[in-house]
Amino acid sequence: MTDTCQHSGGAGPENEEEFVDILEERRLRSDLGHALRTFRPSPYKGGPSCSAADLPKIVLESQHLRYVVKEIATETGASPEEVREEASAILEEMSQNLQLGFIRLLGYIFTKVFKRLFTSINVNMEGLKALQQAIQESPVILLPNHRSYVDFLVISYIMFTYDIPVPVIAAGIPLAGMKIVGAIIRRSGAFFIRRAIGSDKLYWAVMSEYVRTIIKTGFAPLEFYVEGLRSRTLKSLMPKLGMMHMVLEPYFKGEVYDIQLVPISLSYDRVLEESLLALELLGVPKLKESTTGLLKASKVLQDDYGIMHVNFGRPMSVRRLCRGKINLRQYNLIPRDLPQKPRAEAQACVSWLAHLMVRIQEEGSLISPWSLMACLLLQAPTAVLTEQGLPWHQLTEKTIWLRKLALDFGARLNWPAQVPDPDVMSSAVALHHSVVRREAGRVYLVREEEPERKRPISPEEDVIRSAAAVLMMVSYRNQSLHLFVRPALLATAIGVTKTAQRDELFAFFCFLRDVFSNEFIFIPGESSQDFEEACVLLRKCGAVHISEQEVTASDAGLEALSFLQALLQPFIDSYQVMFRFLCEDKVHVFAEKQFLPAVRNLATKLILSGELHTYETLSSDTQKNVLSALRRLETLAKLESSEQNEYRVVNKAAVRRIGDILSGKIPPQMLQAAPDAKL
Amino acid sequence: MDALPSLHKHGSSMASNSSGGGSDRQRIAQQRLRIIAGHLRRPVDVDSTILAAECKAQDSKTDVSSEGKTVPRRRQEIMKWNGWGYSDTKFLFNKKGQAEFTGKRYKLSGMIMPALKDWLEDTFGTNLQHKSPATPILTSSAVQPPTLNEAFVEELKSTGIPFSHDAEDRVFRAHGHCLHEIFALREGKVGRVPDLVVWPNCHNDVVRIVELACKHNVCLIPYGGGTSVSSGLECPPEETRSIVSLDTSQMSRILWIDEKNLTAHMEAGIVGQDLERLLNESGYCTGHEPDSMEFSSLGGWVATRASGMKKNIYGNIEDLVIRVKMVTPQGVIEKSCLGPRMSTGPDIHHFIMGSEGTLGVVTEVTMKIRPMPEYQKYGSVVFPNFEQGVACLREVAKQRCAPASIRLMDNEQFKFGHALKPQVSSMFTSFLDGLKTFYITKFKGFDPNCLCVATLLFEGHREKVLQHEKQVYDIAAQFGGLAAGEDNGQRGYMLTFVIAYLRDLGMDYYVIGESFETSVPWDRVLDICRNVKLRIIQECKDKGVQFQPLASCRATQTYDSGACVYFYFAFNYRGLSDPVHVFEEVEHAAREEILANGGSLSHHHGVGKLRKEWMREAVSNVGMGMLKSVKDYVDPNNIFGNRNLL
Repeated sequence: MTDTCQHSGGAGPENEEEFVDILEERRLRSDLGHALRTFRPSPYKGGPSCSAADLPKIVLESQHLRYVVKEIATETGASPEEVREEASAILEEMSQNLQLGFIRLLGYIFTKVFKRLFTSINVNMEGLKALQQAIQESPVILLPNHRSYVDFLVISYIMFTYDIPVPVIAAGIPLAGMKIVGAIIRRSGAFFIRRAIGSDKLYWAVMSEYVRTIIKTGFAPLEFYVEGLRSRTLKSLMPKLGMMHMVLEPYFKGEVYDIQLVPISLSYDRVLEESLLALELLGVPKLKESTTGLLKASKVLQDDYGIMHVNFGRPMSVRRLCRGKINLRQYNLIPRDLPQKPRAEAQACVSWLAHLMVRIQEEGSLISPWSLMACLLLQAPTAVLTEQGLPWHQLTEKTIWLRKLALDFGARLNWPAQVPDPDVMSSAVALHHSVVRREAGRVYLVREEEPERKRPISPEEDVIRSAAAVLMMVSYRNQSLHLFVRPALLATAIGVTKTAQRDELFAFFCFLRDVFSNEFIFIPGESSQDFEEACVLLRKCGAVHISEQEVTASDAGLEALSFLQALLQPFIDSYQVMFRFLCEDKVHVFAEKQFLPAVRNLATKLILSGELHTYETLSSDTQKNVLSALRRLETLAKLESSEQNEYRVVNKAAVRRIGDILSGKIPPQMLQAAPDAKL
Repeated sequence: MDALPSLHKHGSSMASNSSGGGSDRQRIAQQRLRIIAGHLRRPVDVDSTILAAECKAQDSKTDVSSEGKTVPRRRQEIMKWNGWGYSDTKFLFNKKGQAEFTGKRYKLSGMIMPALKDWLEDTFGTNLQHKSPATPILTSSAVQPPTLNEAFVEELKSTGIPFSHDAEDRVFRAHGHCLHEIFALREGKVGRVPDLVVWPNCHNDVVRIVELACKHNVCLIPYGGGTSVSSGLECPPEETRSIVSLDTSQMSRILWIDEKNLTAHMEAGIVGQDLERLLNESGYCTGHEPDSMEFSSLGGWVATRASGMKKNIYGNIEDLVIRVKMVTPQGVIEKSCLGPRMSTGPDIHHFIMGSEGTLGVVTEVTMKIRPMPEYQKYGSVVFPNFEQGVACLREVAKQRCAPASIRLMDNEQFKFGHALKPQVSSMFTSFLDGLKTFYITKFKGFDPNCLCVATLLFEGHREKVLQHEKQVYDIAAQFGGLAAGEDNGQRGYMLTFVIAYLRDLGMDYYVIGESFETSVPWDRVLDICRNVKLRIIQECKDKGVQFQPLASCRATQTYDSGACVYFYFAFNYRGLSDPVHVFEEVEHAAREEILANGGSLSHHHGVGKLRKEWMREAVSNVGMGMLKSVKDYVDPNNIFGNRNLL
């Protein structure tokens, strides 16, 4: 029932949003003046306003918490007072302490920093206006994507600038531990939640009551990352459902009339952490968030990061979205204050909504010329990029062609109209000097300087060196993947199965969609719509002919089809490598910690032997996604008992079969055509 | 009919503290005379008197209810055929453009309400220039000729029970007071109507009619007061048999009063106001006062599980009924004794109560009665907001100290109540009003757009009432409530009786509206009120209603575990091509919202045909099966074919 064109609530590319550079005014006027501006937000009209100090009191005195405290006291034998104390401590650790003064301080610092980092920060004013309106009418949830540390608080900064109530933000607990900074963020409205809450009943209760209270009282807009964390790959992550469910519960239980969801897409020309991220994906451990670490990172502040786009999606009514998806009467028979496990229907509804939000974030993000170029560069052999280089004119011609395809697919491109195309691409390359360089009419991949050392660098180390550069480029390619993924699945289906039968293609499409649904965002239950969309887009760009029964590749469409298939190839290759690994006789039970380096070693060998052409197999993100996918497909099982993430291969034959289907060894007739059928 | 008794509203007859005008005094004097006369005429010992064993020619006999009947056979002689209530009573705008309430029946009658015009204009965007008048007269050609079952009619004739197939009589009994029903009548549109109206005089007449109906396969639809708001009286359009409306209005006698056990036995056709009036004459009351009590009948109350305003003291109908006699196609169902409680399997009364005319006709009811209260006092409390008001009601319920009636109006209704304030006669009163407003809004800081009012009615011994009053006001004070006087309280209750008349005025000016009710646990009262009102507003907007609708609510009853909530909903329909359809869609959405928020399908209006679609979910499949199997046993040929409920 939901057509992709409807997702963005009418703010599709056809009615292009007007973006305004909010730094422009800052460059003209005093930073201090901005920080000290009169802040006159129009808050939520519906609820009784409550102060930040009241909030913990309301939470602790809630029926829900009192009930859970009593329950835990009975279970553990502790006195209710002790449990209450503990709850109070959790709450203290968690609570935000939003103070306008700190927003001002932050505003001041941000203005300074942003002016240095970015040429501009472009914000769509219509979206802001809609948000301003929505905040007065119902509780609002801000759902930005998370691509950089810089994201954090940027929404607050914008809202402060435009007289919109500043949000409270769910943040990971590590941030709280940072000296001074932790305190500042807390006072800027962040509240901190632990990562692995698991079965800590008290923590769940305190957190959910805290979130619920914020929403019910209309205390402030609530901001959280539906993806759960910062995407290391710049690709959207599978949404996390816990917080989403907590946030929606007040609506499900009728405690508020409606909740407005505001997906926000932040897109960067260039991400500050690009090289750090690539290293992290290659197994170099993540630096612990610390203030000194942040200061060390200050050298990155010298560089230019282009434009940051903040696209506020139109507020979407949860009430409208959930219509027909959930029967709220199920909440009528048990007191609403008692902790309740969500029913399957509610979980499905939350999952659907969360996926939808991520897709809207994707649709709202702006695709840079560089991202298109990265798509193309990655389709050239890595050795060519590092050694001979790619002819510049070839890249530019292809990029112009890809721009046309992207526009056909409805992309929101950030391609300056008033600048000649070659200049646009030149400046993209210039901005990304850390990844590519242009020399004598050719483009080369930039690898990290070889450190001075005694012994010559080993071939394995050399692979990692290239991989770091490739993965940086991969992350920029990933910025536009969502645009191509559905047609790419269909192109792959056509390419692998060599069939034109629509139902067979659909079956294979569903298979791919199922296998890769940890990799790309697909809305659960909407495989037919996705297939339909893929068909429509491929026909639109002239790549296929479509009849009632058949989908056939057109002669003119070979270029597009092969580009799209090549776009997906690294994923298929990587998955195959890992399937192969898992099907080896010796592999039965393994820990994630062992799996990652083992696959990395295997892949390195395969790359060196020329068998494997993609470096993406080396990315821990891809590796973990394979584990999740296989778990979802019930061929792997996570051992409940183990402390570390230990897995057992339950069904090697099934893993092998997936690999065989993927490589076309099993004909599509053998697949079930039922949408979302389990393999 | 010349001895038409005074048809005052319930309040004015009892509130001795508020009897002002000379006419009131006269009326009271007359009433006393009547009571005395009644005492003189009445046979010696009431509780030993069994009356009307033979129902014919009862006019020559003296029975308790020897006074004239309120409801004539030809109802249209005193009541509107296409609107609410008495023909002589209505709201209108006089030549000066001021709102006026005509007639002499109510306390508000003959008064001018200067604020009503502005309120209407501000609330609905109405304009006195734009009228949407009703078709004045029923054209007989609009009514289908009756489909008569000749054999049935022949036999009926031989019984001597009066009947009619006059178009006006039939149309009058083809509807209740749902908005769509009245709207259609105002447009002169008439759908399927009963083919015959029959007026039984007593239980035995009913037995005969039901027998004949079974014999000739005629569809019977019982008709009491005609105040249904659930499409309960609508004739099923798919019914092909001859439909006979069984009007119980002539069965309106009190057959006996038992002063030792404090019970009374009545024929089920008696309407509320007559029942109270007649019992009052003997010094008793039932205390059952639904808002429709002027017109609704005892049998109707039983058949729909009615609830009265003063249920806190007297109980709802299920608490009041001792014994019921119902005539069904299988015969008469009744209990064998008058014991106050029984453990004899599931209570068969609960098959009868709420059966909505699908199983048979309630003909006689034995009911509890109470001595008339010594003292009555109205009261009111202003709260800074609805939340505080609800919290107060909840506390009152918790302490189980609810007065006879306690109702909480939201801000919209508070304003509406103000719009109905009659013109003040003296400068002093107007000055005093101003002072009160100043005190509440300026001195106490209440926001006039948030504050709300609870109206109270205390009953009982004078001292206890005063004590009780103090207790309730003390609780109210804990929730920021300020006592706001008896007048405001009394006006609140008066509104109950005139609000239905007001709908007719609205309909003259493109405004349509309706009220509907639910019951809900305490913790959900605020949520349901807010959500349903917002839903109404949103649905109206989505469906192209040009002006913001009135969406208002009040909590009208408190229980240990929850409350009864009433919603009022009205909008200006100018510019809509099918206003009734829009209205029904919004009402439907509002009911969905109620159910989603933990409200019941109905607290006391019943299901009828209007809310039938939700019935299965409301009582589960098995529950539905139970009800169906009862229907199948009692009435296998669907003689009682109004198709309500199931």
